[in-house]
Amino acid sequence: MVTRKRYSLKTREGKEALTGYFFLLPALLLLGVFLLYPMGAAFYYSFTDFYILRPGEKNFIGLENFQMIIGDAEFRQALRNTLYFTFLVVPIQIAVALGLALLVNKKLKLKVFFRTAYFSPVVMSLVVVSILWTFMYNPNEGLINEMLGLLGIPPQPFLTSPDQAMNSIIVMSVWQGAGFQMMIFLAGLQNIPDHLYEAADIDGANTFHKFLHVTLPGLKNISLFIFITITIAAFKLLVQPMIMTQGGPLGSTKSLVYHIYEVGFNYRDVGYASAMAVVFTVMVLTITIIQRILVKEERG
Amino acid sequence: MRAMKKPALMKKIILYVTMSFLAVIFLFPLVWMVMSSLKGDVQIFRDMTSIKAFLPPMPNEVDGYFQNYIMAFERVNLLRYIMNSLIYTIGIIIFGLIVNSMAGYALARFQFPLRNFWLAVIIATLIIPPESIFLPLYVLVFNLGWVNTYTGLIVPFIANAFAIFLFRQFFLDFPRELEEAAKIDGCSQIGIFFRIIVPLSKPVFATVAIVLFINHWNDFLWPLVVANDDSMRTIQIGLQYFMNQPPIQWGQVMAALTVATVPMLLIFIFLQRYYVQGLAHTGSKN
Repeated sequence: MVTRKRYSLKTREGKEALTGYFFLLPALLLLGVFLLYPMGAAFYYSFTDFYILRPGEKNFIGLENFQMIIGDAEFRQALRNTLYFTFLVVPIQIAVALGLALLVNKKLKLKVFFRTAYFSPVVMSLVVVSILWTFMYNPNEGLINEMLGLLGIPPQPFLTSPDQAMNSIIVMSVWQGAGFQMMIFLAGLQNIPDHLYEAADIDGANTFHKFLHVTLPGLKNISLFIFITITIAAFKLLVQPMIMTQGGPLGSTKSLVYHIYEVGFNYRDVGYASAMAVVFTVMVLTITIIQRILVKEERG
Repeated sequence: MRAMKKPALMKKIILYVTMSFLAVIFLFPLVWMVMSSLKGDVQIFRDMTSIKAFLPPMPNEVDGYFQNYIMAFERVNLLRYIMNSLIYTIGIIIFGLIVNSMAGYALARFQFPLRNFWLAVIIATLIIPPESIFLPLYVLVFNLGWVNTYTGLIVPFIANAFAIFLFRQFFLDFPRELEEAAKIDGCSQIGIFFRIIVPLSKPVFATVAIVLFINHWNDFLWPLVVANDDSMRTIQIGLQYFMNQPPIQWGQVMAALTVATVPMLLIFIFLQRYYVQGLAHTGSKN
């Protein structure tokens, strides 16, 4: 056996396998230790009463954490807020991004300027944008209320009102992110062959028909990709409420990830937070899988 | 002819007006941020009701244009936060480029047992949201004694499934002839990779480096939990801290926000080509 093994490492195939693993191993080890192990640990912790301040004691408590989630009003509110944010941000941001891409795809002299302008908020981090808009949304002396005042609109409470806070965050998020998807849409638009439009012209199609029958089908794959990435990113909402509202007022902007962070990190209840993280992961995976299936059906 | 031209001209005017209006909407917060960073707080509030909010202050209105910047750097350790962010992102980029390009190369070029299995595992990890593992990851890093160290910030994010995937796709299209020739010349596999493949693969290395820089310069959750000491804060965490430090001076915070945006701005101005390539790549490959 030993001789055969040695022999096999001396063959071309054996050497290649060894080299292959030499190249792959660092990445595999790192992914294993810092991604797969924590994934497994989160699953394990979710069945325990692990509390950071008592690291020695981890008692198996079965499904108790998961039962607690069902009765947790704060979790339900966080889930509702996250879903509300996702259901609004996704369609609005895609529509804005597509609209901007169509505009800057026109043959205009200033199109590079316009493209850069629409893209510029992407260059700022979410933290920078959130702080800036907190000042802009200031109900007493904020820029937006001053501008509304010039139009004769009374001052709005924005982030200080449970009814307006989440919508204010949505407007800002679309403003910050749409330029990014605009660039991806633009790449897609430029990949649509000109002869399709020319053929439509010959058939006497108007602008709207061309959009419906040439542009949209040509953007199908890219739209689905954008749809999936925006949905998942929206579901992970954290930075905006953490900086702008601390989840308030009255918990109206507390998101799922924010709630998990507070329970796990501020209250140190890792067991319960891990159970919520598992539920969160299952939700993200479900979204991904449903969308993948839809993509396949569309293609098939 | 004239009757034909008029609607076309009207259309063009409407188009320009719409696009200019949108440009104003996308730009005014940025302009306001930069202009306010040059003004004292009293003037920021006074200018807010007029177009002056978006104009720089008159020389006689301020003591010095960069007063807010000087004060911001004095009140909090902005320079340290920026250094920490640079060490964090550049550390991840350097180690990440080496580790992930090697893995991508292995998956693209070599035949070995379980190769397709590992490829599937790596692609599957793409759908694990980092937000769902930050707690156990924190416990792990805590037990390793890495809290408030650069090691704790950097090491968990060196291996990156998306980067491995991009490298693999690139190396699959890479012509084999060069490697065959080097092999005949007696070059080792490691030599071939670092001396021949890497120098000829600059575009993919640039794209991955930029994607990693943008992601990690903007990182919030991981630095927030693992680097809570003031000397270890990254710029994003430092900004949040500064925003809540009384007395809250808007002009100074605006100055800090502007400073934090400069590195990203430089990346976009000088390396936009690679960045857009990376975007197009992700868009079409998925």
